[in-house]
Formats: sequence, C-alpha cells, structure tokens
Amino acid sequence: MSFRIFEYNGSAIVAMVGKNCFAIASDRRLGVQLQTIGTDFQKIFKIHDKLYVGLAGLATDAQTLHQRLVFRHKLYQLREERDMKPETFASLVSAILYEKRFGPYFTQPVIAGLGEDDQPFICTMDSIGAKELAKDFVVAGTASESLYGACESMYKPDMEPEELFETISQALQASVDRDCLSGWGGHVLLVTPTEVRESTLKGRMD
Amino acid sequence: MKLDSGLENSSSIFLGGCSGLEADFSAPPSFDLPITNDFDGWQKKSVQMVKPARGTTTLAFIFKEGVIVAADSRASMGGYISSQSVKKIIEINPYMLGTMAGGAADCQFWHRNLGVKCRLHELANKRRISVTGASKLLANILYSYRGMGLSVGTMIAGWDEKGPGLYYVDSEGGRLKGTRFSVGSGSPYAYGVLDNGYKFDMSIPEAAELGRRAIYHATFRDAASGGVASVYYVGPDGWKKMSGDDVGDLHYSYYPVVPSVVEQEMTEVPVA
Repeated sequence: MSFRIFEYNGSAIVAMVGKNCFAIASDRRLGVQLQTIGTDFQKIFKIHDKLYVGLAGLATDAQTLHQRLVFRHKLYQLREERDMKPETFASLVSAILYEKRFGPYFTQPVIAGLGEDDQPFICTMDSIGAKELAKDFVVAGTASESLYGACESMYKPDMEPEELFETISQALQASVDRDCLSGWGGHVLLVTPTEVRESTLKGRMD
Repeated sequence: MKLDSGLENSSSIFLGGCSGLEADFSAPPSFDLPITNDFDGWQKKSVQMVKPARGTTTLAFIFKEGVIVAADSRASMGGYISSQSVKKIIEINPYMLGTMAGGAADCQFWHRNLGVKCRLHELANKRRISVTGASKLLANILYSYRGMGLSVGTMIAGWDEKGPGLYYVDSEGGRLKGTRFSVGSGSPYAYGVLDNGYKFDMSIPEAAELGRRAIYHATFRDAASGGVASVYYVGPDGWKKMSGDDVGDLHYSYYPVVPSVVEQEMTEVPVA
C-alpha cells in the first residue's frame, strides 16, 4: 500500500457561516498513523482578530505554513498599515501554496474571516492552492467525508451565534466519532463582529 | 478403552439413508480453489477485500481465581470506523471463550466451527474438551490453510479438568500456552498496563478492573481500537460477563475534567 501522507497525523477541520458571524472548529489529536501522540494539538491559527486559518494534513507542513503566513501578514501590516481582508489573505495562501507546485506543503487550509461590513467569508484549498469558496460551510482533513455528511444535514442558513456554535460542535463530534485518525476532543472558535468565543469540547477519547 | 462408540455407528447409518444429512461434521470443511493462472495476485486482492476488522485490542490472563478475557469493540476499514459495537469475545461453550483479532469473517467462521467440534467431542466422549485440545483443533485447521490468506489472531481461554487454561493461536500456525496474552494493533499499550499491574494473587474484581483498564488505555492510544471495553471472567462454574463500559464515559470517570475558564490560549500575533 502506498504511503498516505495526508493521513499521517490525522485531522478534522470545519468552518460554517452564520448571520453576520462564522465559526471554525477542529479536533485536537496529533497522531503518527494509528498511534496517538498528543490530545491538545492546535490546528486553528489566528491571523488577526477577525481572520483565522485551520490547517489540516501533515502537521509539520501545517506549522511551517502557519509561520510563513504570519510572517507575510506582518509584512502586509507594516506596508499597508491595516489588516488583510479575508479574500486577499486567501489569494496570498493560494499563491504561497502554488509556489511549491512540484513539491507541495501536504496541507489543506481552511480560511474563515469577517470582511468589510462584517460579512463572513469562508474558503478552503487543496495543497497546491486551488481555491474553493462556499457560502455555507467548508471541511478538511481525514474526517472530511463524514463532515460533509454531518454538515449537509445539520446546516441551516442565517443561524444566530448560539445556534451556530451548537451546530458546528455537533457536526464535528458526530464526524470524528466515525474517523479513527481524528477526535480526542474539539476546539471551536465563534467569531462575531464584537467578540470571539473560544471553547474546548469534551469528546470521546478513543 | 472406548467410552462410547455411538458416533461411528450412527454416521454409517446416515451414509446410506437421508441425503443432506450425510455431511461429516467432524472433518474440516474444504473449499474450492479459484481457477486462475496468477494465484498469488488473486489471493492478494481477495485478502484485501475481506480484511476489515484489523485494528483491535484483546487480552486474556490467568490469575488465582481463573481467567480474565477482555476486548474493545471497534471495527475499522482504513480510517473509517465501520462499527463501535462488535462482539470480539466469542462464547464457544459455557466454559470456553475465544477472542477475535484479524479478519472478522475468518474469526467468526472458525470459532463457530470450533464450537461444533467441541460439542461433538463432548457427545462422543461424555466429557468436555480440554482447552489444550480445543486450541489444538483450531491450530491444526489454521495450519492446514497456512499461506492461503486466512487472517486470525485469537486466544482460547477456559476452565477444564486441569483448571484454568489459556492459549494463543494464529493463522500463521502458531500456538502458544501462557498466562498472559494480548493480541491486536492496541496490544503493546494493553501489555504496558497489564504487565505493570499483574499479580497472580488478585481477587476477581481486581483482575476484572485490570483487564478493563488495559483495554481502556489501549483504546486511548490506538486509533483503531475503541467503543466498549468488555470484560469476561472464566472460573470453575463457567464464564460470566463482568462489565461492558463505553470507553467514551470510562475516560471521564478515570480522569474527571477539572473545570477551567480557558484551557488553551491562542498565540498572540503582536501587531508591529
């Protein structure tokens, strides 16, 4: 059997849009194939107060890519004296990924942010930067198939923050319970124009 | 001295009589071989098709009062969890248990087959088969299919005239007698807990808890093990199910969550 590098560490990431808000969630497992190494691993990273990126796939590449993204965003802030719009940031990620077209970062990013007029923006990409924009939800990681199923059946448009939090949490937990390589707790970020709510979910630890 | 010769006589009667009943249940079943020029290639593909229940944790150990047998309940196909409620401890008869690791169909079929043979032995000899004998019946069958792609890793545990018995049997033809075994992808983790906590002089509840804990720790570390941790005890009066706990709940009873406001801070990105 071929070596499956995207399934080496295991992950589950999902982002959902609500009414003037969005939520992004991930599992907390770091594994090496079937062996669970850590259960408090960070997969969602802050770019600025209203922009977050989740990185599924090979953990080492996810961390490296995150460092480069933070670096590039800092340069942008220095030159432009403002934060990046989510759309712009998505193009930046895409460009950075395509630079490595023939030796890619083995990671699938999920980008979620509030743009101008606090309009939510979510998007995902493959490992070489093909953008995929969505109006409702995006998923990534080893549990992506089950996440599609859970989100497809649980998602409703224009949810208020409280309901959005419940929906994304339930979708995440339901999905990782059908995936060997992700789970071991969850991590949810709920972003509204005025506040960011960060929660850790209890989940099955098997 | 022969205790009973009824079996031989009755089978010869059947031979001439009713059709459909003449099958010889004591002989190992035989299967047709495929018509192919590339047997190895065909076999490789077909083994992949029937190999769902790979990841598993099972264990069994002998102690003062008898044998403890424990297992998880997850079945996975690659990364996908196909079931969280598989019965991996098979009840061969009221005094003997078998565990399941490897191919689900292979384990189920050959354990059922073993159950038939054990019952037949009981009828012919008017006494229950020994654990030694039963495990050897299974090992000999598996050996006769060696190299043909069977995938079985099992422990035969029970109580016979000599007391508690425990054997490890696999599809490579191995058969080992012992006091402590663990089989499956989670076995290294289970061995860790088991070897650390094992004493021969344990009470039944102590031993059952050790088995349960070993399975729990294996399900925590091994991604392919999980679901329910079932524990059986086999003593002089036969087997008894001691517990069947969802490891999702078990984790939080072993390690209750200490409430805290924020468990993890996001790393701040200082703005220039």
